[in-house]
Amino acid sequence: MLIRVPKSNAIKESQITDENVYQNRRQILKSMGFLGASALLASPTANAIDWFGSTEQKKFTTESLKFSKPQQFRSDDELTPKQKIISHNNFYEFGTGKSDPVAMSQSFKVDPWSLTIDGLVEKPITLGYEDLYKTLDLEERIYRLRCVEAWSMVVPWIGFSLASLLKKARPLSAAKYVIFETLYDPKQMPGQRNRFSGGGINYPYVEGLRLDEAMHPLTLLSVGLYGKTLPPQNGAPIRLVVPWKYGFKSIKSIVRIRLSDKQPKTTWNQLAANEYGFFANVNPGVDHPRWTQASERRITSGGLFARNRIETQMFNGYSEVAPLYAGMDLKKYF
Amino acid sequence: MKLSKRITSGHILWLKLALHGIALYLLVTTFYRAFNDLLGVDPVQELLHFTGISAFNLLLLSLCISPFSKFVRQGQFLTLRRPIGIYAFVYALCHFSTYLVFELQLEWSLLFSEILKRPYITVGICALFILTVLTATSTRSIQRRMGKAWQKTHNWVYFASLLIVIHYFWSVKSSLIQPMFYVLAVFVLLLVRRNKFVKPLKSALQKRTKTKQNKKKLA
Repeated sequence: MLIRVPKSNAIKESQITDENVYQNRRQILKSMGFLGASALLASPTANAIDWFGSTEQKKFTTESLKFSKPQQFRSDDELTPKQKIISHNNFYEFGTGKSDPVAMSQSFKVDPWSLTIDGLVEKPITLGYEDLYKTLDLEERIYRLRCVEAWSMVVPWIGFSLASLLKKARPLSAAKYVIFETLYDPKQMPGQRNRFSGGGINYPYVEGLRLDEAMHPLTLLSVGLYGKTLPPQNGAPIRLVVPWKYGFKSIKSIVRIRLSDKQPKTTWNQLAANEYGFFANVNPGVDHPRWTQASERRITSGGLFARNRIETQMFNGYSEVAPLYAGMDLKKYF
Repeated sequence: MKLSKRITSGHILWLKLALHGIALYLLVTTFYRAFNDLLGVDPVQELLHFTGISAFNLLLLSLCISPFSKFVRQGQFLTLRRPIGIYAFVYALCHFSTYLVFELQLEWSLLFSEILKRPYITVGICALFILTVLTATSTRSIQRRMGKAWQKTHNWVYFASLLIVIHYFWSVKSSLIQPMFYVLAVFVLLLVRRNKFVKPLKSALQKRTKTKQNKKKLA
């Protein structure tokens, strides 16, 4: 019998690289390189994503919409490019960074969807996904969007007035407030999973309007922008747009609209009542405690040297809403 | 702990070169991308975050050097403190300049009213002032001329790091995890270096009570 005594310097079976690994050696090296390089990156992560090829992730598909373009909602303001509107979002359900929502929300499911209008109404309504686009005629409205963080955009929204939908549900005379609620689904929305990843917000996100504000013809329920259905990061499939109020009032991905006789506790107001009021009307005369609201930076095209600092206008320039607040001290009710 | 190999001035030279390379490369490319609208949707905000956080990281790094070099017993590392500290100042200056030139777009009256009205900006400006003084007195010859006063002056860096962490904490809208991490880092660093300011503070207090007692005796 031959007994083979291996030399001490011979390569052992266990040291031989597995064929599988060998075949994928380039892939493995590549991914190690990416890991190391991306760990070095202290700079904004938004662009890191483009650099290192993780753009292969699937993108949410939007569809074209049919809509009219009423003259009264055209605007001379320069539109913010679509790419900027869909990649600079505050939507803490998908992370607190401005570029988190676009990165984290692309597999968000909007179909099937269910939007319920109930509470103090004669005829509660539930709309499915298709109903969102068919129940009412869609129109394009170009609105200025002013964020409470003192930046602004100009967005061509597509949707219908909230009033036209509320009228279908026939509000009771006791109804004084309209309360909106965002979808609560921690499986799809990482920010809702724990207090840390979602910015300390108590989910679901809740917003509210006085009934007269909700019935104002400017108040819009939007289902699209730039001619197509909304991408998730902008609040798909349906969101509110109240152009004379700071952006956080314009709640996204709504599943419930409830009419009530009581003023609701709204999300940001609960988080910091001295910084974010219930009304949150755009008002250059009332500063945020930590920064001025007298001016804003308009985000359009152009890099650092775009001279884009402009004065903020009362009610974001929508002076037709002023009668809603006649006799109110807007410094107190900010 | 002792490193098995002695760190030579040659090694330090390479480290310094790497430091200059990385710090300048990141600064230049980030500004270049911002100028050409390649830095996210709101390049001003991206720049503010990048320069601010980087300045703070560099400052904390510079504060780690001397405990680290003591730990590994390699005095050579100490010469890295000055360039790292100066880069912290350079990044902080870029942070402030970005705020003034691109955020406020040179509205000087707004700058002054914001500095006075917003506590987090007031605190930030104070920290920048301290870093400016420390940078201006950082050369060898000034260090020699200042004698003992130099170390006293440069101990203000600990106060600056405290101001910066407050500046950062106050500036954030919600989501406080990252600022909390920095609070912890500053706390640990101050704990490690506590003899730097606890002793002077104590002796200052003692002096005061002594003079008081002397006054009482005289009376």
